Amino acid sequence: MSDCRKQWNREDELPVYLAGPITTGQNQRKSYGMFSSVEGAFESKTLDFDNYAVGGKGSRTPRNGSRERVLDAGDPIGKTSSVAREGSLTDSPGETGDVQPGVEVRYSSEKESSNGQSQRLLIKGGRVVNDDQSLYADVYIEDGLIKQVGENLVVPEGFKVIEANGLMVIPGGIDANTCLMKSYLGTQPADDFLHGTKAALAGGTTMIIDHVTPEPGESLLEAFECWQEAADKKACCDYSLHVDIPQWNEIVKDELELLVQEKGINSFQVYMAYKGVYQMSDSQLFEAFSFLKQLGAVVLVHAENGDVIAQEQKKILGMGITGPEGHPLSRPEELEAEAVFRAITLGNRVNCPVYITKVMSKSAADTIAQARRKGSIVFGEPITASLVTDGSHYWSKNWAKAAAYVTSPPLSPDPTTPDHLNTLLACGDLQVVGSAHCAYSTSQKAVGKDDFTQIPEGTNGVEERMGFVWDKAVAMGKMDENQFVAVTSTNAAKIFNLYPRKGRIAVGSDGDIVIWDPNSAKTITAKLQQSASEYNIFEGLECRGGPVLVLSRGQVVYEEGKLQVQQGTGRFIPRKHFPDYAYQRIKIRNQAKSKQGVTRGLYDGPVYDVIPTPKYITPSPSARTSPTSHQPAPIRNLHQSNFSLSGSQMDDSIPRRSGHRIVAPPGGRSNITSLG
Amino acid sequence: MSYQGKKNIPKITSDRLLIKGGRIVNDDQSFNADIYMEDGIIKQIGDNLIVPGGVKTIETGGKMVIPGGIDIHTHFQMPYRGTTTVDDFAQGSKAALAGGTTMIVDHVIPDPGCSLMAAYDLWRQWADGTTCCDYSLHVDITHWNDSVKQEVDNLIKEKGVNSFQVYMAYKDYYQMSNSELYEIFSFLAERGGIAEVHAENGEIIAEEQARMLQMGITGPEGHVLSRPEELEAEAVFRAITIASQTNCPLYVTRVMSKSAADIISQARKKGNVVFGEPITASLGTDGTHYWSKNWAKAASFVTSPPLSPDPTTPDYLNTLLSSGDLSVTGSAHCTFSVAQKAIGKDDFTQIPEGVNGVEERMTVIWDKAVTTGKMDENMFVAVTSTNAAKILNLYPRKGRIAVGSDADLVVWDTDSIRTITAKTHNSAAEYNVFEGMELRGGPHVVICQGKIVLEDGNLHIISGAGRFIPCSPFPDFAYKRIKARKQLAVLRAVPRGMYDGPVSEFSMSRGGTPSASARTSPTKQPSRNLHQSGFSLAGPPTPDDIPIRPAGRRIVVPPGGRSNITSLS
Repeated sequence: MSDCRKQWNREDELPVYLAGPITTGQNQRKSYGMFSSVEGAFESKTLDFDNYAVGGKGSRTPRNGSRERVLDAGDPIGKTSSVAREGSLTDSPGETGDVQPGVEVRYSSEKESSNGQSQRLLIKGGRVVNDDQSLYADVYIEDGLIKQVGENLVVPEGFKVIEANGLMVIPGGIDANTCLMKSYLGTQPADDFLHGTKAALAGGTTMIIDHVTPEPGESLLEAFECWQEAADKKACCDYSLHVDIPQWNEIVKDELELLVQEKGINSFQVYMAYKGVYQMSDSQLFEAFSFLKQLGAVVLVHAENGDVIAQEQKKILGMGITGPEGHPLSRPEELEAEAVFRAITLGNRVNCPVYITKVMSKSAADTIAQARRKGSIVFGEPITASLVTDGSHYWSKNWAKAAAYVTSPPLSPDPTTPDHLNTLLACGDLQVVGSAHCAYSTSQKAVGKDDFTQIPEGTNGVEERMGFVWDKAVAMGKMDENQFVAVTSTNAAKIFNLYPRKGRIAVGSDGDIVIWDPNSAKTITAKLQQSASEYNIFEGLECRGGPVLVLSRGQVVYEEGKLQVQQGTGRFIPRKHFPDYAYQRIKIRNQAKSKQGVTRGLYDGPVYDVIPTPKYITPSPSARTSPTSHQPAPIRNLHQSNFSLSGSQMDDSIPRRSGHRIVAPPGGRSNITSLG
Repeated sequence: MSYQGKKNIPKITSDRLLIKGGRIVNDDQSFNADIYMEDGIIKQIGDNLIVPGGVKTIETGGKMVIPGGIDIHTHFQMPYRGTTTVDDFAQGSKAALAGGTTMIVDHVIPDPGCSLMAAYDLWRQWADGTTCCDYSLHVDITHWNDSVKQEVDNLIKEKGVNSFQVYMAYKDYYQMSNSELYEIFSFLAERGGIAEVHAENGEIIAEEQARMLQMGITGPEGHVLSRPEELEAEAVFRAITIASQTNCPLYVTRVMSKSAADIISQARKKGNVVFGEPITASLGTDGTHYWSKNWAKAASFVTSPPLSPDPTTPDYLNTLLSSGDLSVTGSAHCTFSVAQKAIGKDDFTQIPEGVNGVEERMTVIWDKAVTTGKMDENMFVAVTSTNAAKILNLYPRKGRIAVGSDADLVVWDTDSIRTITAKTHNSAAEYNVFEGMELRGGPHVVICQGKIVLEDGNLHIISGAGRFIPCSPFPDFAYKRIKARKQLAVLRAVPRGMYDGPVSEFSMSRGGTPSASARTSPTKQPSRNLHQSGFSLAGPPTPDDIPIRPAGRRIVVPPGGRSNITSLS
């Protein structure tokens, strides 16, 4: 809260994304001087707009001209792609009418519909839930931005009214981990940016952060551009990108700098697993962490001990276990915990924020919780799969089903894991929920039908993410609604420097809003999902809570089970480096932690002559130089006197033990090295 | 002291010995009894023993009689860049006996690339004929390949070595990669050896050292700054993980910090077979001295992992030792003269590492743990002697006062007070890291192999009296649980029908794993026919699922229909 206010009060230091309009996407964002028109409104955050209500109550939402209409009939653009249309058709479950609390959409005046842009929206009668508080307020959105929040809003004519009927109005979810283009052996996942973002929107997620996964040897920059191009064409919601670092060398360094400075990337993933492919040694990790810290980036870590995994895989294959059960058997959870511990140690040494992607096991989560208690700056990201299901399915007799669960680190076979992770998520020890959505078709998974190490890794979850966090944590009483917003949206926005543009319902934020119905219930099945994969690992599970209506940049994109999206409308959101949420403490620790040597007189006693082979490879000034050769003369003189306070010693009479006596240097001992 | 019987034959006195009026303290119980020993073996224990004439009797006056200490970690006469540590086997074992330790276990450190067997022979050669007390050897594995494997096998089978140390520190020198650790641990688990580990993250240390030197920190304080305790904790955690994966008992040498000790204690709570060894220095002093203005003093504390600068560390380690979370105590006695330490006067990374402690070990533990009420006398015996004997598979020959055990005994004076100083200690080093400490408790009489070696403050030692004690593999203390778990932890594959659905074509192979070609078409499989039937319980593919699949990525129904093994609904 304080940091956002700080940012907003200094106009000259506005985040780059608020300072100027971004021209991607079909609707231009205009700056109406919103900061001046509602000046000071930020202090009261959302409440008091009465001061500005000139017309008083008379101008409250005129209802007379409104009429109900099916929303996509008013979709004037007409460019809705065939694919998108098909998606919206096939997905109406048929029970649209009987969702009981309901959300009504209507227009305030008829003429507005001819304008067609439907740029103005008023959400009425909802409970606005942010990560810090919940309050009853109306939200007015114009040109994709939230313009007013409060009661009795004074709004211009001609807007669409959405009656929330007391349902929760929450910031759209941010899925901080998706892999929609992670190719495997040359094939792309079943869900590309179109399917993936459609699934995201259907689940209440209005922004995804996808992983750019270059192959070793490939240019990071080229891979990034390739991803951006694909996403610009297909994505239906705003997106941003993490870049994975497949290897460490000097070229990568230059590219990273460019990505951070010019491309708006502030998070990079490194791998501790995948020996011989992506894995980095501890030394490389140390260098990578140090470098990324200088750039002000967040380090994402895939934490598993790749060396041991490689050994275990060999062992398991040697035992004749080739099915998907070999996957969890060769990647036991302590290898995850070990790597998490190591990553945190590295982060502490370098003094760099560490973000652990895919927290899948209890022990890894516990390790993170302990480290946070000791003050380490580490963030943990459980994913939909680890919060909902467990690894017992790897032993399924149905190969295709078992293979669908294959992801790394694997789901823990311990069935109490989801519960434990939800508890830690609720108490704040884990911060962000991702989905690690990377859906491969069964025929792609079947590449590894004779060898589990060849099964492409990834599970679905982008669509189910918000619903299951609600079901498993909020509906169970572990978590309140504010924490729900924090873990599904706000924390991710803060860590990746999107806050308060994303992750909050406040004046000036993007119009990414979800109307959430805590009581809706649905059964997850692959038949009704947006994702293109044939298996849904949550098949048959019931999920309470779900979105009723989703707004992406002020446009209604999902309503009562119907998606109305247009591919290519998603914009790339650049992110600035040095996110305060991660880096504020780092900066202060940097200042506090400067180490100093002890100023001593020079040691001028005898020095044993060593044979020249160096014991360590560390850069060593030759230890053989005699003490007289490189002494800064002026200091030396202070100690060269023969005067000694101690005089003759009591033990002078006692003979030193034979053989190893110190020979008194010519010119007598100095007291710096006196041995008494 | 009095002699029974008429004949005073001095020769006999060393062979037959009676300890009267003592309280025998073993690790499990304490009781009052007399001990009669003959030819270096305890022959009788009890009241009113019937013993032959001409026996030298020691009246203990109610003092404790404990099994002689076993220092499981020493580096006597260790070569270092053309020199050796100042305490050779004679000097070192003399210091050990003076402190109540009657057996030492030294580390054989072959240079990387050199034969383990040759190094073992060399160490035996040095120790035989000079050591004053019984000894045994650990062998350090400084590099790993098939010939080393063979040598380890021979050492276990023929040479009486059952414990091998590996290093996670000393990058590019001794350090082992995780894969090598995995292989070594697997091998040792198979052969019944104990994996000892020097646990520090060498790669990060190398980076930190370079950084320190760059910052202009060249003094001994750079040693501790470049080896912060979390690097120790991290490596301990990793070692435990790998050991648990390979089902191998793990022994962490030199536990120097609170966090490392915590990791061990947590792992033990989870059931891992892991033993922690704090050393005299970590139990008795802390790392604040690295900042001493006296370079020589600061350098004398240099050891790896370093002493923790946190002054509450010794107290904490003593607590965990008392509660049994840490199992044994060593000394890591490895002394260099100041001139030798001064090799690193301009660069802390060059300072030879090692502190003293073999003589002070028992006394430090008594003073810090027993007199403070943390530990009872039985636990004292366990951590100074019995546990070490169990891990080395020497129990009950060593580490216990029982009929048939070796006559290595100490009459312990709980009230004596001694001030530690380099002037009076038995080591040849000029510095003592415990300088000036007043410690309560100490040996009153030390009996080694049935002979009195310390009496009335006078040492009567015979160089070369010490024997090599071979250790056998599969010590029960460590391996009973390992064996049981081996039987339990048998992994089984799931018997499934063959997957016969469509397989995505892929271009190149990726990853280093041995891959059976996944491209073979299912029709080539002989068992294919079992599944080729068109019969399906699920019935024909229902038309209603066609619109569900988003366009473009639909699974093509294989010719011959779907089998229900891969049915997708």
